[in-house]
Amino acid sequence: MYFRFITSLMLLLFAASAKRVEDFFLYIFFSFRMLATRALSLVSKRVISTSICVRGGHGVAKVDDYALPSYFDRRENPLPDVRFVTDLSPVQKSLKEKEKGSWATLSNDEKIALYRISFKKSFAEMNKGSNEWKSVVAGMLFFIGVTGLVVLWQRKFVYGPVPPTFETEWKEKELQRMLDMRINPVEGISAKWDYENKEWKK
Amino acid sequence: MVRERRDLYSLPDAPLASRCYSHSKVETDEEFDARWVTYFSKPDIDAWELKKGMNTLIGYDLVPEPKIVDSALRACRRLNDLASAIRILEAVKDKSGPHKDIYPYLIQELKPTLTELGISTPEELGMDKL
Repeated sequence: MYFRFITSLMLLLFAASAKRVEDFFLYIFFSFRMLATRALSLVSKRVISTSICVRGGHGVAKVDDYALPSYFDRRENPLPDVRFVTDLSPVQKSLKEKEKGSWATLSNDEKIALYRISFKKSFAEMNKGSNEWKSVVAGMLFFIGVTGLVVLWQRKFVYGPVPPTFETEWKEKELQRMLDMRINPVEGISAKWDYENKEWKK
Repeated sequence: MVRERRDLYSLPDAPLASRCYSHSKVETDEEFDARWVTYFSKPDIDAWELKKGMNTLIGYDLVPEPKIVDSALRACRRLNDLASAIRILEAVKDKSGPHKDIYPYLIQELKPTLTELGISTPEELGMDKL
């Protein structure tokens, strides 16, 4: 293990003494290649290919788990790209062997076990609804309520007094002034006031 | 009869382009069925092709004819994949949606194949319940 590491390190240092540019890059390439082959075997067990992908002499692209085909339960994709269970126990392996023979010899439990190896949830389980919506609506109402409390607090402690023009007495005088001015006398407010009897028209 | 409305515009395996022009040749139901039966009948079909075919078929706006499902189940048998066979039955049931009479018809037509290959329906295994 260390041999490879030391050799690649020496190659790297030797590259500094290369006479030609091509040789220099060649040494770099091979030193990394030696390191990379070691690194590749440390990467996840799900490495599909054993050949190394070298990019411009800079090393190997590590195969990330999320980039590999994954399993997912969806109605519109009934047969996912991979099986759900990838590492089979000895029992499951023997069951898989039995599957190669006649399926009529399999018991119901064995058939269910085979299904569960390949798939996580059945269609019934996949399509089952949940009660999550209740939590969502409850959360919504709660936060609307908190906002209401905040608004009430603001009215009491943050906002200053309202202008005097809102007082009842002021408003009465305002209305009287509007009627005296005959505001909207055709179809609006003055039209609804009975000037003879000094009251609203019935 | 088990066909709802066929989506003519997105057949990946279509040898002819189906467009909305009235003068071009539109694939008939029988041609569609025949094409898919042939696809699954390939003797050396591989697992990927089965998955791709099935996922594509489920993507269409229709419930496959019994003969297509039969062909697919036989492909599962050739691939020694019972789980996929059961999954296919679940998928076509799910595909029929609110039309509850389609799936029993399908099972009735497939009964000989199911007994021949030894495939249990999801109902027999209790997998349609939670």
